[in-house]
Amino acid sequence: MEKNQYLDMFIDESTEHLQALNDNILKLENSPEELSLVNEIFRSAHTLKGMAATMGYEDLANLTHHMENVLDGIRNRKFEADTRLIDVIFEAIDDLEAMVSDISDGGEGKRDVTRVQDKLAQIEKGELFEEAAATVENVEVSKEKYAFDDFELTVLAQSKEQGFNAFQLKVVLREDVILKAARVFMVFEVLEQIGEVIKCLPPVDQLEAENFDLSFTVTLVTKETEEEVEARIMKVSEIDNVVLSPVEEIEHQSQDESGIPESREQTDIQSDQAHDPDDLNKPMIKEDKTVPAANKTIRVNIDRLDSLMNLFEELVIDRGRLEQISRDLKSSELTETVEHMTRISGDLQTIILNMRMVPVEQVFNRFPRMVRTLAKELNKKVNLEIIGAETELDRTVIDEIGDPLVHLLRNSLDHGIEEPEQRRKSGKTDTGQITLKAYHSGNHVFIEVADNGAGIDRDKVLEKAISREVISEENGAGLTDRQVYELLFSSGLSTADKISDISGRGVGLDVVKSKIESLGGNVSINSRLNEGTVFSIQLPLTLSIISVMLVEVQDEVYAVPLSSIIETAIIKKEEIMSAHNQKVIDFRGNVVPLINLTDFFDVPVSREEDDHCSVIIVRKGEKMAALVVNSFIGQQEIVLKSLGDYLSGTFAISGATILGNGQVALIIDCNALIK
Amino acid sequence: MSESSLDDIKVIVFQLKDEEYGVEVEQVKSIERVQHITRVPSTPDFVEGVINLRGVVTPIIDLRKRFNIEGLDHSDTTRVIIVTVEKMDVGLVVDAANDVIDIPRSAVEPPPQVVGGLEAEYIRGVAKLEKRLLVLLNLDKVLNSEEMDEMKEIEGQV
Repeated sequence: MEKNQYLDMFIDESTEHLQALNDNILKLENSPEELSLVNEIFRSAHTLKGMAATMGYEDLANLTHHMENVLDGIRNRKFEADTRLIDVIFEAIDDLEAMVSDISDGGEGKRDVTRVQDKLAQIEKGELFEEAAATVENVEVSKEKYAFDDFELTVLAQSKEQGFNAFQLKVVLREDVILKAARVFMVFEVLEQIGEVIKCLPPVDQLEAENFDLSFTVTLVTKETEEEVEARIMKVSEIDNVVLSPVEEIEHQSQDESGIPESREQTDIQSDQAHDPDDLNKPMIKEDKTVPAANKTIRVNIDRLDSLMNLFEELVIDRGRLEQISRDLKSSELTETVEHMTRISGDLQTIILNMRMVPVEQVFNRFPRMVRTLAKELNKKVNLEIIGAETELDRTVIDEIGDPLVHLLRNSLDHGIEEPEQRRKSGKTDTGQITLKAYHSGNHVFIEVADNGAGIDRDKVLEKAISREVISEENGAGLTDRQVYELLFSSGLSTADKISDISGRGVGLDVVKSKIESLGGNVSINSRLNEGTVFSIQLPLTLSIISVMLVEVQDEVYAVPLSSIIETAIIKKEEIMSAHNQKVIDFRGNVVPLINLTDFFDVPVSREEDDHCSVIIVRKGEKMAALVVNSFIGQQEIVLKSLGDYLSGTFAISGATILGNGQVALIIDCNALIK
Repeated sequence: MSESSLDDIKVIVFQLKDEEYGVEVEQVKSIERVQHITRVPSTPDFVEGVINLRGVVTPIIDLRKRFNIEGLDHSDTTRVIIVTVEKMDVGLVVDAANDVIDIPRSAVEPPPQVVGGLEAEYIRGVAKLEKRLLVLLNLDKVLNSEEMDEMKEIEGQV
């Protein structure tokens, strides 16, 4: 029960930490010398371990622990962060990810990780045995090492100024000790006589309750010498041995060994007060301090944001009614108040919409990892550059955009970027470049996937398209380059000569296109042979509010998304022609089929026919259709709502919206109308 | 008290033509007056359309049409009963919703075989209460008709 309460948070945070691990390890591979990265990685791993252990996910905690040991080795420069080692770490992260996703699916997070654990252990031991031992010892030390708070540090510093010595004592009791607490008490009594105890671990109450093994650690400030202190303690019976070490040394040691932030903060204070700033640690400490201050956020369940949005929409509808009433009543005071309210609710709308915006980074950040793996599989060298990861998009779009982008990236890697040898022949560098770029423009977000690979061979595409009967030879000859590239989006077409695991089965690009179009966006290709290809995706900022044209069909109101409308027109009855039982019109030189919405939707006829028809020319890709309506009401921003599960899938209706008068209007799905 | 609540079913009673029907109160979300219903094209005959139920677009079913009772124009007593079935909210148009009553489980009998055939599948049972006769509905069956399945199939093909 209690666990459930924290489960969501655990999953969220572990996912974040895993992502951070992924990112930073990738960076580390490029710059293995950067120690601050290792620290960053270590911290993520450490937190993850702590959380997993707290939540009782043993496997997760164990694996993280092993990983941590290896990371510790890297940090202490015992191993080098080479590709082999990084591969193993990635494997471990994969397992961790699998476990976390199992947990988020309601599982226990159990998984057989012995293989990866063995590998990690091998690294730990295999390369240099002594170092491995040292690593283990280090871990122990860092576990036992304890932190001083400000007060204690001040006392330490002051006593040093006054000529006192500060020692850390590790007292070990004999194994056959009978009254542990009594011995502890006696040791403390001795210590109090010769100096002052500043801190002990475990804390005194734990010691008194005998909640410790056989040893405990005490920090003592005294004027006596090391030998004298030792001798005095050894006089207490049943003490096995006591190890003394001056406090400064221990601290230096801890600087090197611990990744726990608190201890670092302390060493920071110490070095401010005292002396001897450790060069290696300095920059790291600074970084540590600036990070937490960066942004203040709270986590809000997305459902709450959704219901906030819903309530706000209600408010907008009421606002519409109020505006109407104030106009009718012509009371200036009321009008003013309503106008004010309108302005405020406008601002509110912007804020609520912004809250639902998330940086596209969320989708992008899994790509570096993916590209790396794929490039290895394909024996290609690729550098992925991400630009504009901070560009924000509505959550609804973000959720949907991942898969199409994966397809496009795979496509670029597989078909775009050539093998190193091939690249050298064409006078390019071995390493191919893929650029993933996101930016805002107007009411849209553009995402581009560009590569500097082979580009698209027009003739090859045409040849393939003709052989696969996607297009006839006659039609093919007259196509522009752009139209040829468009063919890539038709199903059953792949230009790779050999079919690989990654792409090339001829599925993919058509899926990409239909997905993007279902999001109200579109994809285009631009390419130059031997120079590269750019896939450009245009997406609306949000899916929950769209611009539509409201139209009347007899007495019913329908909404047509502006994104599919080319033009509206009024035509004369005589202009309607008939071709093969299908009514058509001639629209700017094109023959466009006519769809009478009254007949199509079986709308009860309530109006008399007129000599003129209002038509909306809509498109799906290159194809067009003309919808006959009775009249245009106008353009409006509407809030998109679903028809509900019961009626979902109703033909040619993509959703509904609530109008200012509180009535529901249906949104026409133009894609379904055009075959 | 606890005994009675175990043995009783609390039902909302509504009227269609001159018969009384009952749905369990747990399945009923609210009872609304009729408001503007937007017709949805290419849906089965009994799907009246959708309404705006406090910001949520909710489908409406005309129970008279669903049960093949002759249609009647909406009047002052006409109500829309919003029920939740399989996590979907759906409104049922009824002639009147007049009562909430407890009926003992023992009073519920299986649907009379004479009625038989088609109707039996969405009738869960009949409750006899003194002089009243109450038809208890199986809402899953009321909503998921063959027509609905057919419609979805057609969509799937398109």
